[in-house]
Amino acid sequence: MTVQYNPESPASTGADGVEAELLGFLEGHTHSAWEPETDLFQEGGLSSLFAMQLVVHLEKSYGIAIRGTDLRLDNFRTVTRMAALVRRLRETQSDGRHG
Amino acid sequence: MSSTPPEPPDPPAADAASHALTVLGAGVMGVGITALALGHGLPVHLVDTDRQRLDRARDRISDELRLAQLLGALPPGTVPGQLSTGTDAAAAAGATAVIEAITESADLKAGLLAEVSALVRPGTPLITNTSSIPVEELAGAVDRPAELIGTHFMNPPYLIRTVEVIRGPRTGGRTMSAVLSLLAALRREAVVVRDAPGFVTSRILHPMINDAARVVQQGTATAEAVDALMQGCLGHPTGPLRTADLIGLDNLVDSLRVLHERTGDEGCRPCDLLLTLVREGRCGRKTGSGFYNYR
Repeated sequence: MTVQYNPESPASTGADGVEAELLGFLEGHTHSAWEPETDLFQEGGLSSLFAMQLVVHLEKSYGIAIRGTDLRLDNFRTVTRMAALVRRLRETQSDGRHG
Repeated sequence: MSSTPPEPPDPPAADAASHALTVLGAGVMGVGITALALGHGLPVHLVDTDRQRLDRARDRISDELRLAQLLGALPPGTVPGQLSTGTDAAAAAGATAVIEAITESADLKAGLLAEVSALVRPGTPLITNTSSIPVEELAGAVDRPAELIGTHFMNPPYLIRTVEVIRGPRTGGRTMSAVLSLLAALRREAVVVRDAPGFVTSRILHPMINDAARVVQQGTATAEAVDALMQGCLGHPTGPLRTADLIGLDNLVDSLRVLHERTGDEGCRPCDLLLTLVREGRCGRKTGSGFYNYR
Protein backbone atom coordinates (compact mmCIF):
# COMPACT_ATOMS: atom_id res chain seq x y z
CA MET A 1 0.00 0.00 0.00
CA THR A 2 1.30 3.46 -0.85
CA VAL A 3 0.91 6.02 1.88
CA GLN A 4 0.66 9.64 0.80
CA TYR A 5 1.90 12.24 3.20
CA ASN A 6 4.00 15.35 3.16
CA PRO A 7 7.66 14.30 3.43
CA GLU A 8 8.58 17.84 4.54
CA SER A 9 6.60 17.51 7.73
CA PRO A 10 8.97 16.71 10.60
CA ALA A 11 6.27 14.63 12.28
CA SER A 12 6.17 12.19 9.39
CA THR A 13 9.85 11.39 9.47
CA GLY A 14 9.98 9.11 12.49
CA ALA A 15 13.00 6.88 11.86
CA ASP A 16 11.25 3.88 13.39
CA GLY A 17 8.37 4.19 10.92
CA VAL A 18 5.60 4.41 13.52
CA GLU A 19 3.94 7.40 11.81
CA ALA A 20 4.13 5.77 8.40
CA GLU A 21 2.66 2.54 9.73
CA LEU A 22 -0.20 4.40 11.44
CA LEU A 23 -0.97 6.45 8.33
CA GLY A 24 -1.11 3.18 6.40
CA PHE A 25 -3.42 1.62 8.99
CA LEU A 26 -5.74 4.63 8.83
CA GLU A 27 -5.79 4.67 5.05
CA GLY A 28 -6.51 0.95 4.97
CA HIS A 29 -9.49 1.34 7.28
CA THR A 30 -10.97 4.60 6.03
CA HIS A 31 -10.05 4.44 2.34
CA SER A 32 -8.65 7.93 2.41
CA ALA A 33 -5.27 9.50 3.04
CA TRP A 34 -4.46 11.34 6.29
CA GLU A 35 -1.95 13.91 7.48
CA PRO A 36 0.02 13.27 10.68
CA GLU A 37 -1.46 16.36 12.34
CA THR A 38 -5.09 15.95 11.31
CA ASP A 39 -7.47 15.65 14.25
CA LEU A 40 -9.02 12.30 13.41
CA PHE A 41 -12.16 12.81 15.46
CA GLN A 42 -12.89 16.51 15.16
CA GLU A 43 -11.85 17.23 11.58
CA GLY A 44 -11.74 13.64 10.41
CA GLY A 45 -15.13 12.69 11.80
CA LEU A 46 -13.99 9.23 12.87
CA SER A 47 -16.12 7.55 15.54
CA SER A 48 -15.30 6.83 19.14
CA LEU A 49 -15.55 3.13 18.40
CA PHE A 50 -12.82 3.56 15.81
CA ALA A 51 -10.72 5.15 18.56
CA MET A 52 -10.99 1.89 20.47
CA GLN A 53 -9.81 0.03 17.36
CA LEU A 54 -6.77 2.29 17.33
CA VAL A 55 -6.03 1.47 20.97
CA VAL A 56 -6.19 -2.26 20.26
CA HIS A 57 -4.07 -1.86 17.10
CA LEU A 58 -1.33 0.05 18.96
CA GLU A 59 -1.25 -2.49 21.77
CA LYS A 60 -1.01 -5.45 19.41
CA SER A 61 1.41 -3.95 16.91
CA TYR A 62 3.84 -2.45 19.41
CA GLY A 63 3.55 -4.81 22.37
CA ILE A 64 2.46 -2.08 24.76
CA ALA A 65 -0.35 -1.83 27.31
CA ILE A 66 -2.28 1.43 27.33
CA ARG A 67 -3.78 1.91 30.77
CA GLY A 68 -4.78 4.44 33.38
CA THR A 69 -4.52 8.09 32.45
CA ASP A 70 -2.87 7.20 29.11
CA LEU A 71 -6.22 5.82 28.01
CA ARG A 72 -7.81 9.10 26.96
CA LEU A 73 -8.99 10.27 23.59
CA ASP A 74 -6.50 13.16 23.43
CA ASN A 75 -3.63 10.69 23.07
CA PHE A 76 -5.21 9.27 19.91
CA ARG A 77 -6.31 12.49 18.28
CA THR A 78 -3.50 12.63 15.70
CA VAL A 79 -0.96 10.24 14.23
CA THR A 80 1.82 12.35 15.75
CA ARG A 81 0.37 11.99 19.25
CA MET A 82 -0.18 8.27 18.88
CA ALA A 83 3.42 7.80 17.73
CA ALA A 84 4.66 9.79 20.74
CA LEU A 85 2.59 7.59 23.06
CA VAL A 86 3.94 4.43 21.43
CA ARG A 87 7.55 5.62 21.84
CA ARG A 88 7.04 6.62 25.45
CA LEU A 89 5.34 3.35 26.43
CA ARG A 90 7.83 1.23 24.51
CA GLU A 91 10.55 2.96 26.45
CA THR A 92 8.96 2.59 29.89
CA GLN A 93 7.45 -0.85 29.38
CA SER A 94 10.48 -2.51 27.81
CA ASP A 95 12.10 -2.96 31.24
CA GLY A 96 12.00 -6.53 32.39
CA ARG A 97 10.63 -7.82 29.11
CA HIS A 98 13.68 -9.51 27.71
CA GLY A 99 12.31 -13.02 27.81
CA MET B 1 -21.66 7.93 19.40
CA SER B 2 -19.10 10.04 17.62
CA SER B 3 -20.83 13.24 18.67
CA THR B 4 -20.95 12.47 22.38
CA PRO B 5 -19.16 15.28 24.19
CA PRO B 6 -16.72 14.41 26.96
CA GLU B 7 -18.41 14.39 30.33
CA PRO B 8 -17.51 16.92 33.00
CA PRO B 9 -15.41 15.44 35.79
CA ASP B 10 -17.92 15.07 38.61
CA PRO B 11 -16.77 13.95 42.04
CA PRO B 12 -17.18 10.18 42.44
CA ALA B 13 -20.39 9.14 44.12
CA ALA B 14 -19.72 9.07 47.85
CA ASP B 15 -22.29 6.38 48.55
CA ALA B 16 -21.16 3.96 45.83
CA ALA B 17 -20.19 1.39 48.46
CA SER B 18 -23.69 1.30 49.93
CA HIS B 19 -25.07 -0.22 46.73
CA ALA B 20 -24.94 -3.88 45.70
CA LEU B 21 -26.62 -4.38 42.36
CA THR B 22 -27.80 -7.58 40.80
CA VAL B 23 -28.21 -7.36 37.03
CA LEU B 24 -30.24 -10.09 35.34
CA GLY B 25 -29.36 -10.83 31.72
CA ALA B 26 -25.90 -10.59 30.10
CA GLY B 27 -27.09 -9.25 26.75
CA VAL B 28 -26.18 -5.88 25.26
CA MET B 29 -28.00 -3.83 27.91
CA GLY B 30 -27.10 -6.03 30.88
CA VAL B 31 -23.43 -5.74 29.94
CA GLY B 32 -23.67 -1.98 29.33
CA ILE B 33 -25.48 -1.27 32.60
CA THR B 34 -23.01 -3.47 34.47
CA ALA B 35 -20.07 -1.56 32.95
CA LEU B 36 -21.71 1.77 33.89
CA ALA B 37 -22.18 0.65 37.51
CA LEU B 38 -18.70 -0.87 37.90
CA GLY B 39 -17.11 2.23 36.39
CA HIS B 40 -18.86 4.31 39.05
CA GLY B 41 -17.53 2.10 41.82
CA LEU B 42 -20.65 0.01 42.46
CA PRO B 43 -20.33 -3.75 42.91
CA VAL B 44 -22.42 -5.85 40.52
CA HIS B 45 -23.50 -9.46 40.48
CA LEU B 46 -24.42 -10.36 36.89
CA VAL B 47 -26.73 -13.32 36.29
CA ASP B 48 -27.41 -15.20 33.08
CA THR B 49 -28.63 -18.74 32.58
CA ASP B 50 -26.03 -19.27 29.85
CA ARG B 51 -22.58 -19.88 31.39
CA GLN B 52 -20.74 -19.24 28.11
CA ARG B 53 -22.52 -15.98 27.62
CA LEU B 54 -21.48 -14.94 31.11
CA ASP B 55 -17.86 -15.74 30.35
CA ARG B 56 -18.00 -13.67 27.16
CA ALA B 57 -19.70 -10.91 29.13
CA ARG B 58 -16.65 -10.53 31.37
CA ASP B 59 -14.48 -9.71 28.36
CA ARG B 60 -17.10 -7.43 26.88
CA ILE B 61 -17.49 -5.56 30.16
CA SER B 62 -13.77 -4.99 30.37
CA ASP B 63 -13.76 -3.71 26.75
CA GLU B 64 -16.70 -1.42 27.53
CA LEU B 65 -14.94 -0.07 30.61
CA ARG B 66 -11.85 0.72 28.56
CA LEU B 67 -13.95 2.47 25.91
CA ALA B 68 -15.78 4.43 28.61
CA GLN B 69 -12.47 5.47 30.13
CA LEU B 70 -11.04 6.39 26.73
CA LEU B 71 -13.97 8.70 26.15
CA GLY B 72 -13.77 10.28 29.60
CA ALA B 73 -17.18 8.87 30.55
CA LEU B 74 -16.16 7.60 34.00
CA PRO B 75 -15.53 9.63 37.15
CA PRO B 76 -11.74 10.01 37.45
CA GLY B 77 -10.05 8.35 40.38
CA THR B 78 -12.89 5.92 41.07
CA VAL B 79 -11.89 2.36 41.91
CA PRO B 80 -14.06 0.08 39.74
CA GLY B 81 -16.66 -1.98 41.59
CA GLN B 82 -16.25 -5.74 42.00
CA LEU B 83 -17.88 -7.93 39.36
CA SER B 84 -19.19 -11.38 40.20
CA THR B 85 -21.25 -13.60 37.92
CA GLY B 86 -23.50 -16.59 38.30
CA THR B 87 -26.28 -18.58 36.67
CA ASP B 88 -28.71 -18.55 39.59
CA ALA B 89 -31.13 -15.64 40.08
CA ALA B 90 -31.33 -16.59 43.77
CA ALA B 91 -28.18 -14.50 44.26
CA ALA B 92 -30.45 -11.46 43.97
CA ALA B 93 -31.55 -12.10 47.57
CA GLY B 94 -28.81 -9.88 48.99
CA ALA B 95 -29.06 -7.05 46.48
CA THR B 96 -29.90 -3.44 47.30
CA ALA B 97 -31.54 -3.18 43.88
CA VAL B 98 -32.20 -5.61 41.04
CA ILE B 99 -32.06 -4.56 37.40
CA GLU B 100 -33.73 -7.01 35.04
CA ALA B 101 -32.44 -6.69 31.46
CA ILE B 102 -33.44 -9.91 29.73
CA THR B 103 -35.10 -10.46 26.34
CA GLU B 104 -37.87 -8.03 25.47
CA SER B 105 -40.74 -10.44 26.15
CA ALA B 106 -43.49 -9.65 28.67
CA ASP B 107 -43.92 -13.35 29.56
CA LEU B 108 -40.23 -13.99 30.20
CA LYS B 109 -39.86 -10.79 32.19
CA ALA B 110 -42.97 -11.47 34.28
CA GLY B 111 -41.78 -15.00 35.10
CA LEU B 112 -38.33 -13.91 36.21
CA LEU B 113 -39.56 -10.87 38.16
CA ALA B 114 -42.05 -13.07 40.03
CA GLU B 115 -39.22 -15.43 41.00
CA VAL B 116 -36.92 -12.61 42.13
CA SER B 117 -39.67 -10.74 43.97
CA ALA B 118 -40.13 -13.76 46.23
CA LEU B 119 -36.40 -13.79 47.06
CA VAL B 120 -35.44 -10.19 47.77
CA ARG B 121 -35.83 -8.31 51.03
CA PRO B 122 -39.07 -6.31 51.06
CA GLY B 123 -38.30 -2.75 50.04
CA THR B 124 -35.73 -3.72 47.40
CA PRO B 125 -36.46 -1.90 44.12
CA LEU B 126 -37.09 -4.23 41.18
CA ILE B 127 -36.13 -2.38 38.04
CA THR B 128 -37.27 -3.73 34.71
CA ASN B 129 -35.15 -2.32 31.92
CA THR B 130 -37.32 -2.27 28.84
CA SER B 131 -37.78 -0.23 25.72
CA SER B 132 -41.51 -0.79 25.39
CA ILE B 133 -43.30 -3.17 27.80
CA PRO B 134 -45.60 -1.27 30.20
CA VAL B 135 -44.60 -1.68 33.86
CA GLU B 136 -48.20 -2.38 34.88
CA GLU B 137 -48.26 -5.51 32.69
CA LEU B 138 -45.51 -6.97 34.88
CA ALA B 139 -46.69 -5.56 38.21
CA GLY B 140 -49.32 -8.28 38.62
CA ALA B 141 -46.60 -10.94 38.60
CA VAL B 142 -44.55 -9.64 41.53
CA ASP B 143 -45.24 -10.02 45.26
CA ARG B 144 -45.17 -6.28 45.99
CA PRO B 145 -46.13 -4.18 42.93
CA ALA B 146 -45.05 -0.96 44.70
CA GLU B 147 -41.42 -2.13 44.37
CA LEU B 148 -41.53 -2.46 40.59
CA ILE B 149 -40.38 0.39 38.36
CA GLY B 150 -39.21 0.71 34.76
CA THR B 151 -36.06 2.19 33.28
CA HIS B 152 -35.08 2.55 29.67
CA PHE B 153 -31.32 2.98 29.44
CA MET B 154 -29.97 3.81 26.00
CA ASN B 155 -27.00 1.96 24.52
CA PRO B 156 -24.27 2.49 25.60
CA PRO B 157 -25.51 3.49 29.06
CA TYR B 158 -22.21 5.08 30.14
CA LEU B 159 -22.20 7.49 27.19
CA ILE B 160 -25.86 8.50 27.17
CA ARG B 161 -26.50 10.42 30.31
CA THR B 162 -30.26 10.69 30.24
CA VAL B 163 -32.38 7.73 31.34
CA GLU B 164 -36.11 7.38 30.79
CA VAL B 165 -37.72 6.27 34.08
CA ILE B 166 -41.21 4.79 33.98
CA ARG B 167 -43.42 5.10 37.02
CA GLY B 168 -46.18 2.50 36.84
CA PRO B 169 -49.59 3.24 38.36
CA ARG B 170 -48.66 1.11 41.39
CA THR B 171 -44.98 2.11 41.75
CA GLY B 172 -44.45 3.37 45.31
CA GLY B 173 -42.81 6.61 46.40
CA ARG B 174 -40.00 4.83 48.26
CA THR B 175 -39.12 2.81 45.16
CA MET B 176 -39.19 5.99 43.14
CA SER B 177 -36.74 7.83 45.40
CA ALA B 178 -34.46 4.79 45.79
CA VAL B 179 -34.13 4.49 42.03
CA LEU B 180 -33.53 8.21 41.57
CA SER B 181 -30.73 8.06 44.12
CA LEU B 182 -29.24 5.00 42.41
CA LEU B 183 -29.29 6.86 39.10
CA ALA B 184 -27.65 9.85 40.79
CA ALA B 185 -24.86 7.56 42.05
CA LEU B 186 -24.42 6.54 38.40
CA ARG B 187 -24.42 10.23 37.37
CA ARG B 188 -27.45 9.68 35.12
CA GLU B 189 -30.16 12.24 34.63
CA ALA B 190 -33.60 10.73 35.08
CA VAL B 191 -36.65 11.90 33.18
CA VAL B 192 -39.72 10.35 34.82
CA VAL B 193 -42.70 9.56 32.58
CA ARG B 194 -45.96 7.67 32.93
CA ASP B 195 -46.61 4.12 31.89
CA ALA B 196 -47.65 3.36 28.29
CA PRO B 197 -46.48 1.04 25.49
CA GLY B 198 -43.09 2.37 24.40
CA PHE B 199 -43.33 5.24 26.94
CA VAL B 200 -41.89 8.28 25.15
CA THR B 201 -38.63 7.45 23.38
CA SER B 202 -39.61 4.12 21.79
CA ARG B 203 -43.11 5.28 20.95
CA ILE B 204 -41.52 8.00 18.82
CA LEU B 205 -38.23 6.45 17.71
CA HIS B 206 -39.21 2.87 16.86
CA PRO B 207 -41.88 3.64 14.23
CA MET B 208 -39.44 6.16 12.76
CA ILE B 209 -36.70 3.53 12.47
CA ASN B 210 -39.26 1.15 10.96
CA ASP B 211 -40.10 3.81 8.35
CA ALA B 212 -36.41 4.38 7.67
CA ALA B 213 -35.97 0.64 7.02
CA ARG B 214 -39.06 0.65 4.80
CA VAL B 215 -37.58 3.45 2.71
CA VAL B 216 -34.49 1.28 2.14
CA GLN B 217 -36.70 -1.77 1.44
CA GLN B 218 -38.60 0.17 -1.23
CA GLY B 219 -35.35 1.16 -2.91
CA THR B 220 -35.84 4.88 -2.40
CA ALA B 221 -32.39 5.25 -0.85
CA THR B 222 -29.53 3.29 0.67
CA ALA B 223 -29.10 3.05 4.45
CA GLU B 224 -26.12 5.41 4.13
CA ALA B 225 -28.23 7.97 2.29
CA VAL B 226 -31.09 7.75 4.80
CA ASP B 227 -28.70 8.30 7.72
CA ALA B 228 -26.80 11.06 5.91
CA LEU B 229 -30.06 12.96 5.33
CA MET B 230 -31.37 12.45 8.85
CA GLN B 231 -28.03 13.58 10.26
CA GLY B 232 -27.19 16.37 7.84
CA CYS B 233 -30.65 17.87 7.33
CA LEU B 234 -32.45 17.03 10.54
CA GLY B 235 -29.68 16.91 13.12
CA HIS B 236 -30.15 13.29 14.20
CA PRO B 237 -26.91 12.37 16.03
CA THR B 238 -26.13 9.09 14.25
CA GLY B 239 -28.97 8.43 11.78
CA PRO B 240 -31.88 6.07 12.52
CA LEU B 241 -30.40 2.99 10.84
CA ARG B 242 -27.04 3.26 12.56
CA THR B 243 -29.06 3.64 15.77
CA ALA B 244 -31.02 0.51 14.85
CA ASP B 245 -27.78 -1.45 14.44
CA LEU B 246 -26.67 -0.24 17.86
CA ILE B 247 -29.99 -1.21 19.51
CA GLY B 248 -29.92 -4.65 17.86
CA LEU B 249 -32.43 -5.46 15.11
CA ASP B 250 -33.81 -8.52 16.95
CA ASN B 251 -34.59 -6.36 19.97
CA LEU B 252 -36.05 -3.70 17.73
CA VAL B 253 -38.40 -6.21 16.08
CA ASP B 254 -39.48 -7.50 19.52
CA SER B 255 -40.19 -3.94 20.65
CA LEU B 256 -42.07 -3.05 17.48
CA ARG B 257 -44.27 -6.11 18.00
CA VAL B 258 -44.95 -5.07 21.59
CA LEU B 259 -45.95 -1.63 20.32
CA HIS B 260 -48.02 -2.95 17.42
CA GLU B 261 -49.95 -5.41 19.59
CA ARG B 262 -50.72 -2.77 22.19
CA THR B 263 -51.38 0.34 20.12
CA GLY B 264 -52.75 -1.10 16.88
CA ASP B 265 -50.54 1.41 15.05
CA GLU B 266 -49.73 -0.19 11.68
CA GLY B 267 -46.58 1.91 11.51
CA CYS B 268 -45.23 -0.28 14.30
CA ARG B 269 -45.63 -3.56 12.37
CA PRO B 270 -41.99 -4.59 11.72
CA CYS B 271 -41.24 -4.17 7.99
CA ASP B 272 -40.05 -7.04 5.81
CA LEU B 273 -36.47 -5.82 5.55
CA LEU B 274 -36.06 -5.80 9.34
CA LEU B 275 -37.54 -9.30 9.57
CA THR B 276 -35.28 -10.57 6.79
CA LEU B 277 -32.13 -9.16 8.39
CA VAL B 278 -33.02 -10.75 11.73
CA ARG B 279 -33.77 -14.09 10.04
CA GLU B 280 -30.33 -13.96 8.41
CA GLY B 281 -28.72 -13.35 11.79
CA ARG B 282 -27.73 -9.81 10.79
CA CYS B 283 -28.85 -8.16 14.02
CA GLY B 284 -26.58 -5.10 13.89
CA ARG B 285 -23.35 -4.20 15.58
CA LYS B 286 -23.39 -7.08 18.07
CA THR B 287 -23.43 -9.69 15.28
CA GLY B 288 -20.97 -7.87 13.02
CA SER B 289 -23.52 -6.75 10.44
CA GLY B 290 -26.97 -5.27 10.03
CA PHE B 291 -27.69 -2.24 7.89
CA TYR B 292 -23.91 -1.74 8.01
CA ASN B 293 -20.90 -4.01 8.27
CA TYR B 294 -18.77 -3.91 11.41
CA ARG B 295 -16.24 -6.61 10.68
